[in-house]
Amino acid sequence: MSREILTVDKLQKFFATSRGTVRAVDNVSFSVLEGETLGLVGESGSGKSTVAYTVVGLHAPTSGKIVFEGNDISASVFKRPKALKKAIQIVFQDPGTSLNSRRTIQQILELPLKVHRLGDAHDRKQRVADLLDRVELPHDFMYKSPHSLGGGERQMVAIARALATSPKLIILDEPTSALDVSIQAKIINMLLKFQKEMNLSYLFITHDLSLMRNVATRVAIMYLGKICEVAPTIEFFQRPLHPYTKMLLSSIPVVSPEEEALKPAKIRSEGEIPSPVNVPPGCGFHTRCVEINGCCSQDIPEMLEVEPGHFVRCHLYSDSEDKQGKE
Amino acid sequence: MKRRLEALRKNWYKFSKNPVSVVGLCFVLAVSFIAVFAPFVSPYPSNAGRFVNFADASQPPSLKHLCGTDVFGRDILSRIFFGFRYSLMMGIVVLSLVVVPGVVLGLVAGYYRGTWIDTVIMRVTDVFLAVPPLILALAICSVLTPSVFNAMMAVSLMWWPWYTRLVYGLSSSLRNEFFVQAAEVTGASRSHILFREILPNCVSSIFTKMSLDMGWVILIGSALSFVGLGAQPPTPDLGTMVADGAKYLPDQWWIAIFPAVAIMITVLGFNLIGDGFRDLFALEEI
Amino acid sequence: MAETLLKIENLHAEFKVYEGHLLVLNGVGISVRTGERVGLVGEAGCGKTTTMKCVLRILPSPPGRITEGKILFRGRDILKMGPQGIQRVRGSGISMIFQDPTAALNPVFTVGDQLTSVIKYGSRGSPSKKQIRKRAIAALREVQLPDAERIFTNYPVQLSGGMRQRVCIAMALATEPELLIADEPTTSLDVTIQDQVLRLLNGLVDQHGTSVIFITHSLGVVREMTDWVYVMYAGNIVEGARNDALFANPLHPYTLGLMSALPKLTGGGIAEGIPGRIPDYLSPPSGCRFHTRCPQAMKQCSDARPRTTHVSDDHDVDCYLYGGGADE
Repeated sequence: MSREILTVDKLQKFFATSRGTVRAVDNVSFSVLEGETLGLVGESGSGKSTVAYTVVGLHAPTSGKIVFEGNDISASVFKRPKALKKAIQIVFQDPGTSLNSRRTIQQILELPLKVHRLGDAHDRKQRVADLLDRVELPHDFMYKSPHSLGGGERQMVAIARALATSPKLIILDEPTSALDVSIQAKIINMLLKFQKEMNLSYLFITHDLSLMRNVATRVAIMYLGKICEVAPTIEFFQRPLHPYTKMLLSSIPVVSPEEEALKPAKIRSEGEIPSPVNVPPGCGFHTRCVEINGCCSQDIPEMLEVEPGHFVRCHLYSDSEDKQGKE
Repeated sequence: MKRRLEALRKNWYKFSKNPVSVVGLCFVLAVSFIAVFAPFVSPYPSNAGRFVNFADASQPPSLKHLCGTDVFGRDILSRIFFGFRYSLMMGIVVLSLVVVPGVVLGLVAGYYRGTWIDTVIMRVTDVFLAVPPLILALAICSVLTPSVFNAMMAVSLMWWPWYTRLVYGLSSSLRNEFFVQAAEVTGASRSHILFREILPNCVSSIFTKMSLDMGWVILIGSALSFVGLGAQPPTPDLGTMVADGAKYLPDQWWIAIFPAVAIMITVLGFNLIGDGFRDLFALEEI
Repeated sequence: MAETLLKIENLHAEFKVYEGHLLVLNGVGISVRTGERVGLVGEAGCGKTTTMKCVLRILPSPPGRITEGKILFRGRDILKMGPQGIQRVRGSGISMIFQDPTAALNPVFTVGDQLTSVIKYGSRGSPSKKQIRKRAIAALREVQLPDAERIFTNYPVQLSGGMRQRVCIAMALATEPELLIADEPTTSLDVTIQDQVLRLLNGLVDQHGTSVIFITHSLGVVREMTDWVYVMYAGNIVEGARNDALFANPLHPYTLGLMSALPKLTGGGIAEGIPGRIPDYLSPPSGCRFHTRCPQAMKQCSDARPRTTHVSDDHDVDCYLYGGGADE
């Protein structure tokens, strides 16, 4: 039985803006097991990126706890012990700006080594060469600057940077969204290979559900700062329970008839996604939900385990839970 | 080594896409050369200091004195050549004093935007910016003994806020870029982030501003000398020369006009380089 | 029978850089009939946007240059037109929607200002101010923006991504163009909003009878939105087929590589993808530009570019595997 490497408990992150309080992450709880990939899906305003940034320490939580390997890291990265900074790394979404164009690849890859004092100057150069080997890039890329590399290559450098300190958990925020299909394939396969070799855990964020299907062990879907549903991957795709999950799955453009058959019945999405400044009362999704009940606009549903490992936050299922309890 | 040479060639290619900047560069190089080697290229090097020759006073431009002579009989061309020294020195000294503190304050204030550090630094900057620059320089100079050195101090004191403000804007927007956040997550120290991550991205704007500022500082220095608060006679400062010669316009026009043209060429040269710098530092992406 | 509205023939273009010339377009050939929805699929850097910029003559001209080829719009060559001719083509002839609606809209002007400018300068004839305003509001209603009168006075920053893209669509269709070029119009939008915008676009195109060139790197979107698909690689069109024909039976090795690298909703992992990188346009591979990465490359592939083979009425491919000779 795998142990939990990361536990997030009732995490909240609010931002005060001139237009009101943005409830970016609102009472989110989940855990990541060692060696698994937890997928986090959501659209704009869902809070998935904020969750990622809070876990990695770029934001300090407003409230709630983040526990990594038994250590409480519920603070900004500047207040965390150095050893833990080695163990958690992040790969950002935009390869164009996640590498400093004014520095060389060598300088970029040496930074984590320097900060954590992993070897002297000579060792570091060797380790940089090793990292480039692992991501299948030629050694002389060391002397180049990011702007002379293509998007896929930049992202491979970003992954090499994340691997430099031999971390345990890597947060991948839409790592291939800006890339083409064939480069995406290469990078994903590389990531899966590293995961097996180094027993890495991944928190994988993407809006591409077809990609998620092939990468994640378990999938969690977020809407307006809350998790709506969590399930093992195959369950998630074959038996989605939450109306938002069904809407999202039915909107994916696919190529083959087999995939089309797998999608739930078409649910037309109407209306805009509400802004996280003005979260609708009750269940945040009720303004766009087709299976709406009376209580949906007043009470926030609880997260319930409807089947082993399959959690949903929806009034449709809280009724059945109650009924089961009563019987 | 080969890589450096290749990089140099490529940089020249980028810079020279602007023919105007190349002209500016020629002006600047010419002025600098003359300033450095003034004793060797001036026809009458001794005329630059204490020198009097009333026999040749107020001569119009001729083959013997290409820019004519002033009321003391001193060769104006030679004095202009030596005058370049003071102008360039003014620019170099002021910018050397001003750029480093201004940039550092801007970097720090921008990175800590929204905190008390930002407030303190930027409000102090605002105070200095609120005073009209020339007035401030005049005030300081009149309080202290007029001299080239004090003029430079006065100009420096009012110049640094511009760099702080420029870098503040850049730093506070760069601070949210992913590469800065990546460095923070890795655990890099704040000084690394400020000077190794953010600063290199500001260099382009800083250099462009510096090249334009050279022109401005020289002009202001000349203005201070013109009103008598900078270089004192017999120092061959271009501004002083224009002031002295102004009395003799329009008859002995050469005494004022040639030094003025010299100031113009110097300032223009630096201004024109500015465009070239902007292209030089641009990152090409196809 | 529908006639050919736009025909790009043997288009070659290059960019001048420090190191030499980037030979980005290497003989592109596309045709679009009236009322047809054509997809142009390819990866980043293959030249799809460059081709469209050539069509609208907005290729940045000091570094860029069209070296050969014809672009026939309604039979007249756009590349030979003078500035006035091109002005007439833009707007009422051909219109474009860009990828990033935030960048495509000027933040300091209201939606109304921008929409009325487009109508004023892009329409045939000279409509009055009142007529222009009426048409603008009607255009906003047509893209299903709620409360069109209010949106008319809003600034782009007050709208969400999906709404901005609808405004861009309204602007593109307001001049009633015969051909609409949509360059990755939904890439920057969320999946559910993308679905809405694509449905809207489909509806409008049907209603107005406009032809569309739909540029995207997403095969899924192409499947849902187009009648005919062109696949582009490194400045060449390598395959062109009717939508069903292409997806049922992809022929070109590059197309096959792309399809296999797509993650499937049915699971099964992701195939390895295509080895190698996109070619260096400074010295691109000779002959068929894909031969350096092709698992089925033969000797003649590096000698000369293959001519287009009509495998059937619905399917063309540029590949020696399907017979056909060299392109002289």
